[in-house]
Amino acid sequence: MAQVSLRRIVKAYEGDVQAVKGIDLEIADHEFVVLVGPSGCGKSTTLRMIAGLEEITDGEIAIGGTIVNDIPPRDRDIAMVFQNYALYPHMSVYENMAFGLTLRKFPKAEIDKRVKEAARILDITPLLERKPKALSGGQRQRVAMGRAIVRDPKVFLFDEPLSNLDAKLRVQMRTEIKKVHQTVNTTTVYVTHDQVEAMTLADRVVVMNHGVIEQVGPPQELYHNPATRFVAGFIGSPAMNFIPARLEEASGALRLQLPQGIVLDVPEARTARYRQHAGKPVLFGIRPEHLTDDKPTDKTNPAPLSLTPEVIEPMGMETLAHFKLDGAEISARLDPATPASVGAPLRLIAHMDQMHLIDPTTDRVL
Amino acid sequence: MSATTAGRDTPGIYHKAGSLRAERRWALWTAYASLIFAAVIFLAPPFYMLITSLKTSGEIAGMAGNPWLVRDPTLENYWAILGNPLFRQFMLNSIIVTACVVALTMVISILAAFALARMRFWGSQVLATGVFLTYLVPDTLLFIPLYQIVGGLGLLNSIWGLVLVYPTLTVPFCTWIMIGYFASIPKELDEAALIDGASWPQMLLKIFIPVALPGIIAATIFAFTVSWAAFVYPTAFVTTPDNMPLTIGVVSQLVRADTFAWGQIMAGALMAALPPVVIYAFLMDYYIAGLTAGATKG
Repeated sequence: MAQVSLRRIVKAYEGDVQAVKGIDLEIADHEFVVLVGPSGCGKSTTLRMIAGLEEITDGEIAIGGTIVNDIPPRDRDIAMVFQNYALYPHMSVYENMAFGLTLRKFPKAEIDKRVKEAARILDITPLLERKPKALSGGQRQRVAMGRAIVRDPKVFLFDEPLSNLDAKLRVQMRTEIKKVHQTVNTTTVYVTHDQVEAMTLADRVVVMNHGVIEQVGPPQELYHNPATRFVAGFIGSPAMNFIPARLEEASGALRLQLPQGIVLDVPEARTARYRQHAGKPVLFGIRPEHLTDDKPTDKTNPAPLSLTPEVIEPMGMETLAHFKLDGAEISARLDPATPASVGAPLRLIAHMDQMHLIDPTTDRVL
Repeated sequence: MSATTAGRDTPGIYHKAGSLRAERRWALWTAYASLIFAAVIFLAPPFYMLITSLKTSGEIAGMAGNPWLVRDPTLENYWAILGNPLFRQFMLNSIIVTACVVALTMVISILAAFALARMRFWGSQVLATGVFLTYLVPDTLLFIPLYQIVGGLGLLNSIWGLVLVYPTLTVPFCTWIMIGYFASIPKELDEAALIDGASWPQMLLKIFIPVALPGIIAATIFAFTVSWAAFVYPTAFVTTPDNMPLTIGVVSQLVRADTFAWGQIMAGALMAALPPVVIYAFLMDYYIAGLTAGATKG
């Protein structure tokens, strides 16, 4: 039972390099929050500050209402799962999981009960007597999670726990982590650079970049209403297309003037929101899944345009087509049945209901 | 394999495969020749010691026959030296000094290496380099100032003086090996232990020492060898036979006036050399693992 509060947290290294630049974040009890961002964005540093493994240069961290700035890691009642598992190589799986409880002088029977219960949850009961080197990557990560679960801490901290696993196992373990959280329901802070992991696991996603929080919100919120160009480009795969454009007003309606003479009508519903930017250069953002082949659609406001694919990538359930428009790389998601070939012009539809406009000077979504 | 077969049958592009095989054969022969040469050079003295220790005094003194062969092998030298109370005293002194030095060295080295490798503090890098540099000062240079110190402490002609000075040879190198070994342990392991609730001493005892066991064994073997075989310091600091370790006792006390009891000297020297040989034979793998970890990470 614990909420985590970060208030104006700063981490500066020697030479005045600021890894984290005064972030505020409130994590509710039982919540699963994922910190996501590119390497060097400060997400791991933030997690390590919550763990007490990094000193805080400025600001305040509270766990369960208690300020923990000067409390050592062992007294913060947290458990952490590391990217490289960090299992004690000389101990068996059982001993690894029991270690924290043994140090805290729990009675033997209680340790045994907790270890066996965690092993049951994680399905590693047959491995209890093995040494870590006799385990596969996925099994090791389960043991690392088991070591966290047995402690029954206030907060779970995960530092890129799936990065060392292969793609298939990663998907499997992702589900496992979600299941475990649904079972034990402990407040969780999870760090990853993989936006798919962030989207699938999180109650709320915190997108970080250059030591600041770009946006906090539920996955769907970030996907549909990104606040900045960075978030718009980071969330979603393949990434959102950004096309330089000019917003023009003609007889009360707004339209986007794209390179190569392409003109797209802005839906009426957005007119009021965008009118003040008319006549200015903007970035037109549209996700590949909202740029599809020209087929009858139930979506409103389809805007047609014609582009010539440079690369076609058939994926089975869909086909990705890549174009170039005045230097901007553009991807579109096509129906695999659509006959598309490199060099042959293709009629596409932009689903303008899903469009975004970004101010190129501030990089904020309008 | 297929390339070499092809090389034998068909000329042209596979031609080189044949020459590669020849090169490999040549390299193997060179390796064998130089290794055998080195083995002969290094094993000849102990072999000569063994041969001599099995001869009677008469046979050793006799000029007839091949000195590398024994005519009438006998263990009388061994019985004689084992019955010699002085020899037993030397052996006991060596064991006491070595055991104390190894224990002292390992305690100091492990603590020092743990601090230097893991607890980041001001000047830790410079200290780590400094520790290694002290190892480069030879004992032949140190024994004169050390004589003053040991004398000042009233420990001249005492095995405890040796227990005090041998660590100047063993601690720097052992610390250096251990720094390398500890540095190779992933940082996350101590962080996991810290979060699990371990204090620094608990982390050292329950995580670092068990994980770094190969390095610790390597360092222990090194400390043992140096301490067991030390010659300069005991020669300088010990004067009476009852305080002498094996290394100097055997060569100085088994000579009566100008009579050398060669058979007994050889038997004694051979028995003195036995413990390190036995230990190396059993723990060689650990020793190499420990040294290489130190070499790449130090």
